[in-house]
Amino acid sequence: MSTKRKIITAKRIFKNGAVNFWRNIWLSIAAIAMMWITLTILLFAVVANATFGHTIQNITSHIDVSVYLKDTVTDAQRKHLTQQLYQIDNVKSITYISKTEALKQYEAANGNNQDLLSAISQTDNPLPASLDIKPKDPNNLQPLKDFLDREDIQSLQSDPTSYSGDRKAAIDKITSATHFFQQAGVAGIFVFIIISMLIIFNTIRMAIFNRRDELIIMRLLGASTAFIRGPFIVETMLYGFTAAILSLVAIAGLFAVSSQTLHAASLGLLDINYSSTYFKDRLWQILTIQIMAGIIIGAVSSLIATRRYLKHNR
Amino acid sequence: MILLDRVSKTYNGRGVALERISMHVEPKEFVIIVGPSGAGKSTLFKLLTREEKPTSGKIIVGGMDYEHLKDRDVPLLRRKIGVVFQDFKLLTNKTVFENVAFALEIAGIGNNEIKNTVPKVLDIVGLKGKTNNYPPELSGGERQRVAIARAIVRQPKILIADEPTGNLDPKHAWDVIEVLEKVNRFGTTVLLTTHNMDIVNKLKRRVVTIDGGQIVSDKARGKYQSP
Repeated sequence: MSTKRKIITAKRIFKNGAVNFWRNIWLSIAAIAMMWITLTILLFAVVANATFGHTIQNITSHIDVSVYLKDTVTDAQRKHLTQQLYQIDNVKSITYISKTEALKQYEAANGNNQDLLSAISQTDNPLPASLDIKPKDPNNLQPLKDFLDREDIQSLQSDPTSYSGDRKAAIDKITSATHFFQQAGVAGIFVFIIISMLIIFNTIRMAIFNRRDELIIMRLLGASTAFIRGPFIVETMLYGFTAAILSLVAIAGLFAVSSQTLHAASLGLLDINYSSTYFKDRLWQILTIQIMAGIIIGAVSSLIATRRYLKHNR
Repeated sequence: MILLDRVSKTYNGRGVALERISMHVEPKEFVIIVGPSGAGKSTLFKLLTREEKPTSGKIIVGGMDYEHLKDRDVPLLRRKIGVVFQDFKLLTNKTVFENVAFALEIAGIGNNEIKNTVPKVLDIVGLKGKTNNYPPELSGGERQRVAIARAIVRQPKILIADEPTGNLDPKHAWDVIEVLEKVNRFGTTVLLTTHNMDIVNKLKRRVVTIDGGQIVSDKARGKYQSP
C-alpha cells in the first residue's frame, strides 16, 4: 500500500474509532467511569506517596544527638572529641553550642515565660555546652551510641546523651505506617487496573458482538486486520484519555475544596500544603503520566479483546 | 485466470465436500456452475475467497497461488476479487452510496476518487436514482445490484457471484443477470453459481455441473442437466 493510502487508512481508523465511541456512548461511559476510578487512585497514591516521603524526611532531619560537655572540658579535649566523632560513618555534621549560645537558645525558646527566664541568668549559667550531632541515618545510631558510652568519653559528659527524646519511637511508627500505606497503595492500584481492564475487555467484546455482521462483511471485502481492529483500539484509547483528564480534575477539585479538611483528617501529621504544591508544580508531568497510563490500559485491554474475538484471517 | 488442480476439501465429521476438482477458467470467460444443494458449490466459492483452505490440491487465481498466500495477504486477494452473495451482505445502516464507497474505503482510496467513482458504478447497475436510499427501502433485485456495484467498484479482474438470484423473483433475477453480462462485456471474468434452470438455459454460456463434490460435466455452451 502506498504511503498516501496508509495515511488515508489511518485517518479513517481514527474517525471510525471516534464514531464508535459516540455510537456506544453508554458502554463508553461505563468503561470511562471504571478507568476514572483507577486513574484517580493511581494519582492519589502518587501524591500521597510524595507527601509521606516529604513528612518522613522532615521529621528525620530533626533527629539529632546532643552530647553535653562538662564545664571542665578544654577546647583541645573538645576538638579531639569532635575529630573522633567524625570518624564514625554515620555522622553527617557536628555543631558546637557553647554555654552562651545555649543560654541564648533557651531564652529564645522561653521568651514568653518570665519564671523560667528568671531562673537562669548570665552570671550563673547552669546550661552545659554541647555538641549537636546530625546522623546520616537516624535508624542506625548504635555505633555512635557505643562510642559515646565508652568510659573515657563518658567522663567528659555532664549529662546523659540525648537522642531527640522519645520522638524516635513515634518516628519509627510513622515510617512503618507509611511503608504499609505504600504497599497497600500498590496492591490497590494493581487490583483496580485489572478490574478496569476486564470491564474494557467486556465493553469491546459487546461492541464486537453488536457489529459482527459489519465485521464479517469487512473481512469478506478484504479489509485488513488493522482496519478492523484499529477503531476498537482508538475507541479504548479515547476512554483512557477522557478518564485521565477527569481524574486530574477530580484531584484538583479535592485540593481546592477540602485541603483544610484533609489537613485535619491527617491529624496535622501530614503536610497537605506540600501535597497541593507537589501536585500543582508537576501538573503537566502528572497529566502526561495519567494520559499515558489511561491510553496504555485501554490499548492493551482492547488489543487482547480484539485478538481473541476477531480471529486473524476469518 | 482461475486454475483448480485436483482440489479436495474434507470437513471433519461431515465428510467430503469436494473431491479432486480440476478446472480452468480463461480471462473474460463467463462460467456458470450448477448443481443441487449440497453438491459443493458453496464450498468451491469459499475456497476461492479463501474463507476455507483446501485439504489438498492447488488453487491459482489471478496469478496468486493460494498455497503460498500468507494470512496477512488474504485482504489483498479479496480486494482483487469481486464477490456477490445470495443474501447481499449489505450494511443496513449505510446508504446505497456508502455501501459501495465502503469497498473503496477499505482499500484506502481517497474521498475525491470515491465521490467520482461510485456514481458511475451505480449508473452501470441502473441505480442512479437510489444513491441515498437505505437497503431496506430497496427491492431484492435492487439490493443485489447494490452488492454487484460494490463488488465491481474496485474494477476486479474476477467477479464471483454465489447464487445471486437465489432470493429473487424471475424478473429481478434477470435484471441481476443482465448486469453480470454487462460486467463481463467490460472484460471481467465472471463465475456464477446458480440452480436456476431457466437462467442457465437462456444464457448459453459454459456450464460446469457439480454433483456429490465432483465435476460431472463441463460444456462450452451448456444446458442445465438434471442430476
